[in-house]
Amino acid sequence: MSRTVYLDHAATTPMVPAALEAMTRQLAVVGNPSSLHASGRRARRVVEEAREQIAAAIGCRPGEIVFTSGGTEADNLAVKGITWARQGGESDRRLVLASAVEHHAVLDPLQWLVEAGEADLELLAVGDDGRLDLDRYAAALERDPRVVALVSVMWANNESGAVQPLAEVVRLAHEHGIPVHSDAVQALGVLPLDVAASGLDAVTITGHKVGGPVGVGALVVRREVGVTPLLHGGGQERDLRSGTLDVPAIAGFAAAVEQAVAQQAAHAARLADLRELLVRGLRAAVPDVVVNGPAEAFAADGSPLRLPGVVHASFPGCEGDSLLMLLDARGIECSTGSACSAGVPQASHVLLAMGREDDEARSSLRFSLGHTSTADDVAAVVAAIAPCVERARAARA
Amino acid sequence: MRVIAAMSGGVDSAVAAARAHEAGHEVTGIHLALSRNPASYRSGARGCCTIEDSNDARRAADVIGIPFYVWDLSERFHADVVEDFIDTYAAGRTPNPCLRCNEKIKFAAVLDRALALGFDAVVTGHYATVRTTADGGVELHRAVDAGKDQSYVLGVLDEHQLRHSLFPLGDTPKSRVREEAAARGLLVADKPDSHDICFVADGDNAGWLSEKLGDRAPNRGGEVRDEATGEVLGHHEGSWAYTIGQRRGLRLGRPAPDGRPRYVLDIEPVSGTVTVGPRASLAIDALHATELRWCGAPLPAGTVLSGEQITVQLRAHGAEHRAEVRVGDDRLEVTLLDHAEGIAPGQAVVVYDGTRVVGSGTIASTHRVGAAEVGDTSLSSVGDEA
Repeated sequence: MSRTVYLDHAATTPMVPAALEAMTRQLAVVGNPSSLHASGRRARRVVEEAREQIAAAIGCRPGEIVFTSGGTEADNLAVKGITWARQGGESDRRLVLASAVEHHAVLDPLQWLVEAGEADLELLAVGDDGRLDLDRYAAALERDPRVVALVSVMWANNESGAVQPLAEVVRLAHEHGIPVHSDAVQALGVLPLDVAASGLDAVTITGHKVGGPVGVGALVVRREVGVTPLLHGGGQERDLRSGTLDVPAIAGFAAAVEQAVAQQAAHAARLADLRELLVRGLRAAVPDVVVNGPAEAFAADGSPLRLPGVVHASFPGCEGDSLLMLLDARGIECSTGSACSAGVPQASHVLLAMGREDDEARSSLRFSLGHTSTADDVAAVVAAIAPCVERARAARA
Repeated sequence: MRVIAAMSGGVDSAVAAARAHEAGHEVTGIHLALSRNPASYRSGARGCCTIEDSNDARRAADVIGIPFYVWDLSERFHADVVEDFIDTYAAGRTPNPCLRCNEKIKFAAVLDRALALGFDAVVTGHYATVRTTADGGVELHRAVDAGKDQSYVLGVLDEHQLRHSLFPLGDTPKSRVREEAAARGLLVADKPDSHDICFVADGDNAGWLSEKLGDRAPNRGGEVRDEATGEVLGHHEGSWAYTIGQRRGLRLGRPAPDGRPRYVLDIEPVSGTVTVGPRASLAIDALHATELRWCGAPLPAGTVLSGEQITVQLRAHGAEHRAEVRVGDDRLEVTLLDHAEGIAPGQAVVVYDGTRVVGSGTIASTHRVGAAEVGDTSLSSVGDEA
């Protein structure tokens, strides 16, 4: 096999050297940030500097950052923790509004709350481009805003690449004093991201999507927002999250975030060019390919409508998993959507929410470009796709 | 060759894949997802359809050093195997889902997909041997390990399917396969063999069938009658719970006059009548089968197979019976030279010439020694014949 063409950056990214270096340096030294002695203070300083570094990069105050084990934990903390905190006393706030295309790290804890009888859930419809239907969102919100505990709408979708109209989402919710959470793991380092300017009450970010290590992330949450903790213990993170802080991972995370944000504009422009090349090549090789997600990169006001590095495409007559296997055999790595624990391919809930049929949804692949991607990678996919599609179609006949 | 190794998560398919890889084939491992909801299938290490089995298969592929994927065959499996299983029971017969799975899934749906994707063959851990003859034909033979031989459940494969099948374990005893798995570092080396029906959660066949049959006839109550006297000995809540040859769980009120155990002799699906009698009445000396499958060139109608070499096998791991086999028009007439006992319509008859599998059919009716036929041609009450 020739070289590997890695086009699955939305799943995880290779670590950038700065993050690797920051992380390995900390792996070599001892120190629990909660300890009172010199080694503890040294470790604590690393953590707090990392917190400040990230805060400066994403436009929040350091004290708003709660380090977690990653995006899934941060999403769980936000949707369960805020929903719980909004209940009790005289309030009857049980309803959570979430987009139908949220990641499972948001949808599944919400479903779990519903099954436990602790919340009601209303999924918000998206259009065929994967963007939130604001009219229906407003209607859901206005029906009885007093019962709404939380709104959770992701910044950008991991499959379709659609960027959500968060400014409107936040504005409407805040008219009724309702907090808004957003999972921004796909947006960080790729789109301009300023937490304070967004008005969001809670934002999920993670290390390994921006060239940092796996196993570390954060919930950025405003101090005024009540959050019931999930993990109880030493109370390390504002009493919202217990557990010994992972100093090396946090140091690597901060280095990656700082670099990704500093390079964001140039990075996004480079990805957009590669994406254009890839889409054009796919269309030439497979004329009936359907590229999913927003058709335009930017709205009239210049705000982004889609992730610049994600190409989500349906290949009519193919099983996505056949295509994936055929490309994998040629060293080209992509995904059929979000992975499933059992490895059993399910039609993506994102594509189904966008109004696609089950068959169409299962005929899709996601190519996600990142900081290691090159024009050669794109050329390799374009050269391989037509024979793979032909084979996959035969296998389905 | 480029081959697909169907890996169940068990020791046999893992070693088969390893051997194919070692033989120089370009091997890709796959695990078949046979349910959209894997947790609903058997848990533990006995079935082949759980997430745990899928993980075991994946780990085996890692150790061997081959790519691994999960293929979703749940829709085909449900339509071709599970529905067939229920329908066969509903018709008062006893199905063999493993044969159907081999015929319709592993060596059909999987093989077709593999060939279309550019592979040349499917490798499985079945104990059987495919031989190529001097004139270029293919033959299916019994495995060397008679105790593990699985040629019976492969007796539904036709020439095309056999040409694209690899059974690397056919020449090896099971004990050696376990040793080899351990030596290769495959963690499934000591995993127990699977015996139960993989799609029945928790092994409760009776409860599962009762639910699936709904209000179909075999799920309604009926009488248990004595073969000799026609007397009603008891009532049952559904004839699906009975299989010809069954002795346990008959729940008869009274012992037989001779004090000997009684066995299920016949199940009449429409009335639900279950006929019981002494063991001697279980013996059959002939049967006829339909839905023929030929493991090689089909034999024309009118062919008669006879001689010492000709045997039939009537269940998985069952005995060989010497037989004379007449080929009709999509029909086999089998005369058993050694009587057989407890043979249920719906099961397969596999015909052997020595170690070679000639072909198979689905048993439509059996002929009891000194009595009338049992099965679809015999709807009269057995009691009347006494």
